[in-house]
Amino acid sequence: MRKITGAQAFIEALRCEGVTHAFGYPGGAVLDIFDAIMDARDIQFILSRHEQGAVHAADGYARASGRVGVCLVTSGPGATNTVTGIATAYMDSIPIVVFTGQVPTHLIGNDAFQEADIVGITRPCTKHNYLVKDVCDLGRVIKEAFYIARTGRPGPVLVDLPKDVMKSTVNFKYPDSLSLESYCPTYKGHPGQIRRIMGLILKSRHPVIYAGGGVTLAGASKELSDFARRLQLPVTTTLMGMGAFPSGDPLSLGMLGMHGTYAANMTVTNSDCLIAIGARFDDRVTGKVDEFAPKAKIIHIDIDPTSISKNVKVDLPVVGDCRMVLRGMLAELAGKDAELAEMLSQTASWRSEIEVWKEQQPLRYCKSEIVKPQYVIEMIDEIAPDDTIITTEVGQNQMWTAQFYKFNEPRLFLTSGGLGTMGYGFPAAIGAQVAFPGRTVIDIAGDGSIQMNIQELATAVQYDLPVKVMILNNGYLGMVRQWQSLFYKKRYSHTSMAVSPDFVKLAEAYGAKGLRVTRPEDVKDAIREALRIPGPVIVDFVVDPEEDVYPMVPAGAPINNMLLV
Amino acid sequence: MRHAISVYVDNQAGVLSRVVGLFSGRGFNIESLSVAPTLDPAKSLMVITTTGNEQVLEQIKKQLNKLINVIKVVDCADRDYVEREMILVKIKAEKETRAEVLRIADIFRAKVIDVSPKSYTLSLTGDKSKLEGFVEILTPIGIIDFVRTGTVVMEREMQGRRKLP
Ligand SMILES: Cc1ncc(C[n+]2csc(CCOP(=O)(O)OP(=O)(O)O)c2C)c(N)n1
Ligand SMILES: [Mg+2]
Repeated sequence: MRKITGAQAFIEALRCEGVTHAFGYPGGAVLDIFDAIMDARDIQFILSRHEQGAVHAADGYARASGRVGVCLVTSGPGATNTVTGIATAYMDSIPIVVFTGQVPTHLIGNDAFQEADIVGITRPCTKHNYLVKDVCDLGRVIKEAFYIARTGRPGPVLVDLPKDVMKSTVNFKYPDSLSLESYCPTYKGHPGQIRRIMGLILKSRHPVIYAGGGVTLAGASKELSDFARRLQLPVTTTLMGMGAFPSGDPLSLGMLGMHGTYAANMTVTNSDCLIAIGARFDDRVTGKVDEFAPKAKIIHIDIDPTSISKNVKVDLPVVGDCRMVLRGMLAELAGKDAELAEMLSQTASWRSEIEVWKEQQPLRYCKSEIVKPQYVIEMIDEIAPDDTIITTEVGQNQMWTAQFYKFNEPRLFLTSGGLGTMGYGFPAAIGAQVAFPGRTVIDIAGDGSIQMNIQELATAVQYDLPVKVMILNNGYLGMVRQWQSLFYKKRYSHTSMAVSPDFVKLAEAYGAKGLRVTRPEDVKDAIREALRIPGPVIVDFVVDPEEDVYPMVPAGAPINNMLLV
Repeated sequence: MRHAISVYVDNQAGVLSRVVGLFSGRGFNIESLSVAPTLDPAKSLMVITTTGNEQVLEQIKKQLNKLINVIKVVDCADRDYVEREMILVKIKAEKETRAEVLRIADIFRAKVIDVSPKSYTLSLTGDKSKLEGFVEILTPIGIIDFVRTGTVVMEREMQGRRKLP
């Protein structure tokens, strides 16, 4: 074994984890690591323009590819700038590992220059975090960090690297195995419980599946589709679950909850058996908790025991990996042909009832002379290739995308669900494009949100990442304005974006292309043009300023209490 | 309901803060807390007494288990267990009350661990209700200083036996 520096050992560890890309930003505390990165030709480093952008990019990379996203920043302000990105990944269970520089160990606690207790700061928003005090621990810690990030319920892990530790030398060998006595996620569901679940489902008359992001994380979309089709179960998904079940399938009800479809919310409210899979009963989904699925027996499949019975009392829980449990459930059907046939005939009228809800109140909007944001999204869906990766910002742009873009596969829709982070979509799109250089990646943005991380346009231009940003420019912080319009007597307190940059000129200033659309008849051509241009493009769609998102369930109301168009 | 929960954790810097941060961040209540290394110096045992309904306690236990540094969580309410905490009380002991203080100490089997012309310092171990009774009796005499540890608990070897007094 030869002696190498901590910084070189760090690179070696990334290699052993199969890391090919890392996002980040340099500074004093990480000079040694950056020096070592320069020689690591097999790891492509992408320099963001803000550390928040780097974390979101690592997150977008992870969501699109299923691999662990990696981010490296300096101490102090570099580290604190990552917090929003880490919290975003934490809320949506996204596997990333964030490496932060730290002041030398002998200065820790002295209020040294650019010192921040980032391990303390991020304790509540990481799955786990580490401070490496001895270079001999480096390999073990990095191995554990990647393992913890990607296994069980995934999540962000932070590793704090003091400068002297990176400078010191070590006989480095990356560990082959790890021993984490206290961490062993349950993957295999309890067979007895799976049997009871199937008993309940086969006897149900008004069943519905409520699927969340856990299905995508577990790679269980195929199993979910097989299961739903076999038993003819209607499926509604959360925002995070979009694409986990194909929107085009006749059994699909679309999204549920605050901006869910009428059919999804009515189906859940009237069901007698709610099958929650990899979902966590978020308040944006349940509305008034006591009246959520009031007649249903609730089945909950989730890898995280803390998700079960946290918000809603569950009748039949199974802790396990969604994919393995769904396989177990399908296997339970063997030899139950008669029961299945009986169930299929007994639930036929339920499916017709749901069809009526779908027909009565489909998602819709009024066409007009002004460009409607929903129309832009429908046209993007029509024109963009099937494997296009869509990211969104937060607000109306996000909800309309969830409603009007038809996602038929997982990992094509990247959005900040749990934290609702404005400024997520653009850097996430950059990360997704890094993972899939050959695919179309589009950020469907709001005029407010895009300004939160617009600086990343330089990143996209520098690394030839042809991300397309489609701004639904309504001149407002639209979603907040919508609440003010509905619940605060139209008092639009500080939600008008009275001044915004000229996005076309802005794009040009960064060396990208900019297009503007003001008429509905130009929407399609502009989208085609944007996709044809080889580099990054911003399209500024000037849309109806006061268009609202419907249906809408007022906060705290039961979800069958919907405001409709 | 009051619960004592034993939490075996890695004996490492920052672990206490993870556990305590979990309680404050999620709005769980900590009534008392006691932490010390186990016979295996790589592990510590924390005994946390807390209150909450069944659902809250279920969440507390699951959330604790989810922490990477938590090795094992045992809810004592599921078992028969013995419980002790300790107090030290410095109590006024002037001419007219000196004998009375000693008498009370004797009844409760408290120990005198420091003496001065005007005070006694007593130590007493016992369960929560015994200690509270002791303090109640001493209060009128005049408590000068008072310190109390968190609760520690241990499972009874023979489950289902009646508690010793
Ligand atoms: C970082 C951050 N700050 C504030 C909010 C609150 N918020 C939610 S939606 C929204 C408006 C977003 O405006 P815009 O990006 O223009 O999207 P629109 O709703 O108009 O489509 C705001 C301010 C947030 N979600 N994230
Ligand atoms: Mg807007």
